[in-house]
Amino acid sequence: MPAPDAIASLQKQFPGKIGQAKEFRGEWTVDVDRDIVRAAAAYIKGTLGFNYIVDISSVDYFGEEPRFEMVYEFCVLGGPNNQQHLRVKTKVSEDDPTVDSLVPVYQGADWHEREVYDMMGIKFNGHPDLRRILMWDGYPYYPLKKDFPLEGLSSDLPGEAFSRPAPLEGGPFVAAPELIPPTVGEAPTTALEPRAKPAPLS
Amino acid sequence: MSETLLETPDSVARAAQQIEQFQAESGKMGEKLILNLGPSHPSTHGVLRVLLELDGEIVTKAIPDIGYLHRGDEKIAENMTYNQFVPYTDRLDYLAPLASNVAYALAVEKLMGWTIPPRGQVIRVICSELARISAHLLGMGALAMDCGAMTVFLYIFTEREKIYNLIELLTGARFTTSYTRIGGQTRDLPPGFVDQAKAFVEQFKGKIDELDQLLSRNKIFVDRNKGIGIITKEDAIDFGLTGANLRGSGVYYDVRKDRPYLTYSEYGFSVPVGSVGDCYDRYLCRLEELRQSVRILEQALTHIPSGPINIGDGKGFLPRKDKVLTKMEELIHQFILVTEGIQAPVGEVYFGAENPKGELGFYINSKGGGVPYRMKIRSPSFVNLSILSKLLPGHMMSDVVAILGSLDFVMGECDR
Repeated sequence: MPAPDAIASLQKQFPGKIGQAKEFRGEWTVDVDRDIVRAAAAYIKGTLGFNYIVDISSVDYFGEEPRFEMVYEFCVLGGPNNQQHLRVKTKVSEDDPTVDSLVPVYQGADWHEREVYDMMGIKFNGHPDLRRILMWDGYPYYPLKKDFPLEGLSSDLPGEAFSRPAPLEGGPFVAAPELIPPTVGEAPTTALEPRAKPAPLS
Repeated sequence: MSETLLETPDSVARAAQQIEQFQAESGKMGEKLILNLGPSHPSTHGVLRVLLELDGEIVTKAIPDIGYLHRGDEKIAENMTYNQFVPYTDRLDYLAPLASNVAYALAVEKLMGWTIPPRGQVIRVICSELARISAHLLGMGALAMDCGAMTVFLYIFTEREKIYNLIELLTGARFTTSYTRIGGQTRDLPPGFVDQAKAFVEQFKGKIDELDQLLSRNKIFVDRNKGIGIITKEDAIDFGLTGANLRGSGVYYDVRKDRPYLTYSEYGFSVPVGSVGDCYDRYLCRLEELRQSVRILEQALTHIPSGPINIGDGKGFLPRKDKVLTKMEELIHQFILVTEGIQAPVGEVYFGAENPKGELGFYINSKGGGVPYRMKIRSPSFVNLSILSKLLPGHMMSDVVAILGSLDFVMGECDR
């Protein structure tokens, strides 16, 4: 089913829970209420035929509310509509960063959701094995959050090593000029970070 | 009774039967052994670690552990301009850096709404296919080596050396190419490149047949691969596999055919599809893809259009140096491009390209300006490996090595 028809069908199936369809560069995007993510995914897979989950990612709109956004990319495989692509997004607040897991619907969601949890700290209800995947077990931070500084924060690698923040001077990174303090020489490199919070993360 | 679902009825089933018989007769429960495979094991092709729970020689549980090569590429991408990130894409799939360069450039160009001129597109096709041949050769050579055929691994390096020479001629670097820019390439085809590439393609056909004869009917190789590591069609789709691993299971999906990019729709080539979904099918798919890549290369190399290789928009692509040094406007454009980067519109795009390992996708979320707000890299190796914990149980320990080899992953891309 072509993506615009699929979105119309979704809106009919879940009235009031689906946002407006948006088109950009030939791709169709729709916002979905957080409560019905799994039901919508099951409908998208079962009825609309988007049987393939391409990707799950998340975006941190630091400073906005709701803060996080989940992004799901679906696609049709093994039929005449192979080229169809649909993006579904849902907002997740910082106070309650949980979403229903899609693993019962698509097994391929397993590692994608673990990565989102590892990198941004969004938790998934009903995920069979929600552990960190790229960072080690017991790592205290969520590195892809916007308030995590680029240079890193010091942390223990239990029993083995100690990770220190990396030097940033002279690197290729882009920092907003108005945020760079005049005393660059003595200032900690965290101060160069465009979006860093002054206090360390808990 | 063992709860393990056995996929092959012969040696594995016999071994399992013997274990059950032994347990029934001796009254002893089979003691499980935990074996740690990797992260620095030659057959794990990088730094993959798999925790295997063994019952005798049979794997009963497998827990993959990744992240040893995690460098935070997505975080880095959020803090630099689009063009600055190109060298980082070399280090994703480091066996085919040119293909990753092309995929990244195409993703950002989709966000910008640009299409580069035909000559540039054909050059990118040539780059992608050369990279595919190089990566598939290594993947097959490593699979053969894991199954005990060292010779193939050495033979394919002769061919890869020739490809590296071509790439050096084209980009100036052998390994970390950083060839593409957003909106074009760093340089045009050098004189003599087309003839050398044609000569390589011509002699490479014979080498594929040689590889075919060495492996495809080799008794040991076939025994090690046939009926091992079967991925069903449904599982392959459900887990989101891409590339030869998906096609080996009998699913017809190739981004070059289904969502054609560059000039792929103009070339005649076919997409090989497996029937069983075992290691041997995946190997055969890669072998056939080599032949198809040669077909594409032949067509692309004979019809290279003339004209520019980069987009003409002076505000999007670095102007030529002689113009920068003599003209005011070009000087300003260069200054803005270097300091602020390309001015991207607000919006979000996903672009997936058919890379040697599967579909390499970039999800770019832009709030405008020269820096992506969020860039997610959908790496094929990461997704392909996620099936391991389902695929490995029930197999013999020695089959694990063949399965890992046949999945053909790169950890630089998996961990990012």
